[in-house]
Amino acid sequence: MTSQHAGRAGATYAAPDGKPGSDPVAVAHSVPMVAFKGAGKRYGPAGEGGFTAVESVDLTVERGAITGIIGRSGAGKSTLIRMVNGLESVTSGKVLVDGVDVGALGEDGLRGLRRQIGMIFQHFNLLSSRTAFDNVALPLEIAGVDKKAIRAKVGPLLDLVGLGDKAGSYPSELSGGQKQRVGIARALATDPKLLLSDEATSALDPETTQSILELLKRINADLGLTVLLITHEMEVVKTIASHVAVIDAGRIVESGRTFDVYTNPQHETTRTLLASALRLPNWLRSAVKPQPSAGDRVLVRLVFFGDTAFQPLTGRLVAELGSDVKPQPSAGDRVLVRLVFFGDTAFQPLTGRLVAELGSDVNILAGAIEEISGEPFGSLVVSYSAEPDVVARANRFYAETGLTTEVLGYVA
Amino acid sequence: MSPDMLFNLLSKALMQTLQMVFIAGIVGSIIGLPIGVFLATSGKGELFPAPKTNRVLGLIVNAARSTPFIILVVAIVPLTRLLTGTSIGTWAAIVPLTIATIPFFARLVESAIREVDKGLIEAARAMGATPSQIVYKVLLPEARPSILMALTMTIVSLIGYSAMVGAVGGGGLGDLGIRFGYQRFNPEMMVLVVAVLIVLVQVVQSAGDGLARRFDKRNRKN
Repeated sequence: MTSQHAGRAGATYAAPDGKPGSDPVAVAHSVPMVAFKGAGKRYGPAGEGGFTAVESVDLTVERGAITGIIGRSGAGKSTLIRMVNGLESVTSGKVLVDGVDVGALGEDGLRGLRRQIGMIFQHFNLLSSRTAFDNVALPLEIAGVDKKAIRAKVGPLLDLVGLGDKAGSYPSELSGGQKQRVGIARALATDPKLLLSDEATSALDPETTQSILELLKRINADLGLTVLLITHEMEVVKTIASHVAVIDAGRIVESGRTFDVYTNPQHETTRTLLASALRLPNWLRSAVKPQPSAGDRVLVRLVFFGDTAFQPLTGRLVAELGSDVKPQPSAGDRVLVRLVFFGDTAFQPLTGRLVAELGSDVNILAGAIEEISGEPFGSLVVSYSAEPDVVARANRFYAETGLTTEVLGYVA
Repeated sequence: MSPDMLFNLLSKALMQTLQMVFIAGIVGSIIGLPIGVFLATSGKGELFPAPKTNRVLGLIVNAARSTPFIILVVAIVPLTRLLTGTSIGTWAAIVPLTIATIPFFARLVESAIREVDKGLIEAARAMGATPSQIVYKVLLPEARPSILMALTMTIVSLIGYSAMVGAVGGGGLGDLGIRFGYQRFNPEMMVLVVAVLIVLVQVVQSAGDGLARRFDKRNRKN
């Protein structure tokens, strides 16, 4: 049975539920790249003494998408991703990859499947005894590709990940980001249809993380490669994943489009993982009371996205304005100012007073209040008319309140 | 004793030591290497799971390693006679030396293989590698520096063991030192033998270290 899988790889991976007479291509493309159907993984004996790492997971990974699975450490995400390429066996339910039941494959069938699935790792897992070139060549050697074809394949892959000049370097001579790039090139060597990413950026600094995420995004877009990644960082999901599933204690507690999950989290775990982005900073949370006393102020969070973000009252994104900023004003222009407030000023109703001083002409373009070493630190980017009398009133207000300001430029 | 005689005895003994150490070292390592790989990969849930065979082999290796070498020499005389046709002389000494080398080297290889990052095995499995591909393409190349160090250690130990095979007329430097230096009160001979042994061990150790360093790409900075 198992040797037949290897021999008839094409037949094995065709959609199993194709109706007779239907177009096989159309059927293949209606099947999701990965489908968990009540999939579970239990270690040890049934009943007491065992440990359930993953429990009845239903999840689909769409073709050509980047899907993120996010969870705390120990939530079962490592087990879940390894069930896709059979590194962990499925003990209940099913995992289908491109329509093929992974659990039903024998050793040979699994090896055939794995050659169609690339994987990258948190600690890169490069062979220290091989150069970057030879590391990328390894999966091809394993697949029995001849030397000439390997040479033709590896060079372009190293170019793709931006390491064309590092072919002869050993992993110990490369930085973390470069090692992960070699890992990515290696994962792409056998032209996989699916890329699994196991915390690929967790060992990297934020800047390198961004560059690796951009590379993954580019590969996904250019090669149409489906990506399934696991991470504990919301930032990673937010940056590249179009879909996200939140895993907690072995179960998927929430899933959907990243934007929907991010802007309207339903489950407590999701809210916790979103951390500083949507959660109140500690200094503010401790000050919040459920009921108002006389003279108290109401705390309201305004969330704006989509169309509303572009309406005049809530302002436009500063990034989009960047190119239009001029160092000198022309008639009718608006001033772009950054206000920085911290310490005592952070608690004053400054924006309201600014509006009172300058009239309803003030437009808030961007803002953030962060906690740095337990102290609130806020910055707001606002714009208002560049007419001399408005600017004079604003400057008087800044002087009175002790706000730190920086004029960024002028916009039409 | 004339310097000429001294030199002749010494060079003959040196050749015998080299013959014993290198033949036993090479044959013992060739047999010990696969045993070490098997010990490191046949545990429960490993590449070639055979936990029972693994345990039995482990017991045999332990038994061989805990038998004092001089007892081993005497105990395997029938085997020696079967293989070499005699139970005395240099060739007869090579048999127990080889037998002692196999479990010694196998254990060192086992620990060298076990030191290889498990993540590399997982990565190779994720690529669709077979267990034997993992051994040849991942475990052995990654463990090569440690295996070369193990080989060096094995040869140095063999030089020590070879001093005991005078008991079966194996000859060699150790035997020369005991018979001429100690039993015949010839301090010059004793000093010479010890000096030659020190040089021999130094040469082997430096060569082994150099070789291991050449293949070790783990902490290269250049």
